Amino acid sequence: MNDEKQLANPYYQSLNRKIILTIISVSIIPMILVSSTIYLQFRSSYHEKVYDHLRELVGKHKDDIDNFLRERLTDIRIMARSFGYKSLSNESFLQERLAAHQQEYGPYFVDLGVINSKGEQIAYAGPFKLGKAQYSDAKWFNEVLRDKYVISDVFLGLRGLPHFIVAVRNSTDDQTWILRATIDFVAFNTLVENMRLGQTGFAFILNKEGKPQTGPITKPSLSTLPNKNIYNEFLSNSSSNPKEIHITVKPDSANHESIYVTAGLKNGSWLLVYQQRVADAFADLDKTFKITSIIMLLGPLAVIIMAFTLSRMIVKRIAISDEEKQLMNETVVEAGRLASVGELAAGVAHEINNPVAIMVEEAGWLGDLLEDGCKDENIPEFNRAIKQIKTQGKRCKEITQKLLSFARKTDDTVQDIEINELLEELVALSAQRAKYSLVEITTNFEKNLPLLKLSLSELQQVFLNLINNALDAMEVSGGSLKLATRQKEKYIIVEICDTGEGIPEANLNRIFDPFFTTKSVGKGSGLGLSICYGIIDKMQGKIEVQSTVGKGTTFNVFLPISSEDLSGT
Amino acid sequence: MTAPFVLLVDDEVPFVETMTKRLEKREVNVETAFSGQEALDALDKSRDIDVVILDVKMPGMDGIETLQKIKSSHPLIEVVMLTAHATVETAIDGMKLGAFDYLMKPCDMKQLMAKIEEATHKKRKQEEKIREARVQEVISKRGF
Repeated sequence: MNDEKQLANPYYQSLNRKIILTIISVSIIPMILVSSTIYLQFRSSYHEKVYDHLRELVGKHKDDIDNFLRERLTDIRIMARSFGYKSLSNESFLQERLAAHQQEYGPYFVDLGVINSKGEQIAYAGPFKLGKAQYSDAKWFNEVLRDKYVISDVFLGLRGLPHFIVAVRNSTDDQTWILRATIDFVAFNTLVENMRLGQTGFAFILNKEGKPQTGPITKPSLSTLPNKNIYNEFLSNSSSNPKEIHITVKPDSANHESIYVTAGLKNGSWLLVYQQRVADAFADLDKTFKITSIIMLLGPLAVIIMAFTLSRMIVKRIAISDEEKQLMNETVVEAGRLASVGELAAGVAHEINNPVAIMVEEAGWLGDLLEDGCKDENIPEFNRAIKQIKTQGKRCKEITQKLLSFARKTDDTVQDIEINELLEELVALSAQRAKYSLVEITTNFEKNLPLLKLSLSELQQVFLNLINNALDAMEVSGGSLKLATRQKEKYIIVEICDTGEGIPEANLNRIFDPFFTTKSVGKGSGLGLSICYGIIDKMQGKIEVQSTVGKGTTFNVFLPISSEDLSGT
Repeated sequence: MTAPFVLLVDDEVPFVETMTKRLEKREVNVETAFSGQEALDALDKSRDIDVVILDVKMPGMDGIETLQKIKSSHPLIEVVMLTAHATVETAIDGMKLGAFDYLMKPCDMKQLMAKIEEATHKKRKQEEKIREARVQEVISKRGF
């Protein structure tokens, strides 16, 4: 309970706060630095890894798709060259070739057709009834006449289904003819559709106009469907260097940050686009971030809890040791007080002894007179002696009372103190000692000084000590002791100026150290000034000392005036 | 033996006055002094003083210093120190410096008288011896 009260003291509270802040800053700041550095490093290398992976993936698929298209083109080129126009224009033979191809390579070709230079279909093999179709207006037909080979964009064509064709122009048997095959759109799509990563990663192909050449099998929502505006940029980029793979990050049509990986296909006439939302691509990183965040949250929490408990323990321990120190200080101060009282007592004993001796002698004299019998002539002598005894008795009483005011136990209760009055008392008490040392005490007190709110017995001790020291310094040679008081700002300054032997400069900064004394062993405890310093320091005053060897020493004691009294005067 | 001649030295005037009366009543011749210097002056003036009763603690020249000076200028004169409890050590120092004895203040009159008589006796005996020695010397010189 006592501890609690002590811990509420602002000094301990600020100490507590400082310890807590130190522990927290010393442990949390490096923790944050280390974790964030590691996290950022990890993040950047993870990003790189993901991008590399995507680049690899897209590159591989780009090669796969390019190979697929090239293979299909090669297929029909070989077919055209191996069998010639005559055999292939036979529909049943064409049917046979289609079946053989489908069996050999898989169901990539949906149908085959032979077309003459005018665009008329001569022979057809496949599931659709496209017998004598006319292709002279078809875009791919014009292209194949010009370029010899063509892989067309996806279009609906006569059959009304999205498809694209590979066609090859041949010039054999004195005529120009074209072999054309329709690629199975589903099979081709699978090549692209297989590129699925995470939950939002998917791929598709665009032609030069930005029209999609593949469509996701699982119906994607409209928002994820290719948005022309976004892709235009890729299209213009990719045509510059079809071999390169580009990675960009920008919001998709639904405003989710997405990664776009693009690569040119078909010598740049198509564009393979892989799209994945950033959040999805970096899902693992996100998980790591969450774990790190939890650690970053729990770690400091633990540190804070520890800081609070630890600092509380430390402060409690400090408070206990402070209390012990305080107790010890009180003991030392008490010892010092007794020492100074003892010193004083030695001086006072002689002073008391003198009147006692006089009284005893007077009593003896009265006894002497009585031995002669009661003679009237002796009566005035009796009266004189009795008066003398009374006078000396009073003297004793004064001395004992002065001494008693010091013998009381130290109490540090604060009370109103008239500093001049206190000093006068001390001067009276020291007067006898001063007289024997031939020291003249002069006082110069400023009148109407404000009252001090300090402990009386502590102040008495301080000034008794300083006066005793001054008298010690002048014991051999005699001299003068000046006491002066004055007010300066918020202090009352008490000046104690002796003309004693002075303090050598080497000792000057040691005089307030405990147990430092130049007196012979047994004469001084070395505690006097140290205690004075302690008391004045506790009162938030200060002691200053100037000394010249051979000339004397001046102590200036600054006693703080309580603020309310200061405003009152 | 003729009455002892005492010099009483103390800075406390009432003490000296009363003590003088009491000693005189006991047929002691008393001379007084109120400081060490006065004591030395008195000794220079009066050659008959046998014993000095000397207070140890006095302002200015204190008991010990006075004792040293008395002993150096008047070695035969016996000194009885008067001391308070707190200055017994000083009294012992005084004995080492040749004081006859010391007494605690306030002192018992009988004791004081005894010391005075002893001291006077000692001093006079010394003087006697010196006188005899002188006589002897004279006799031997004259060749008796």
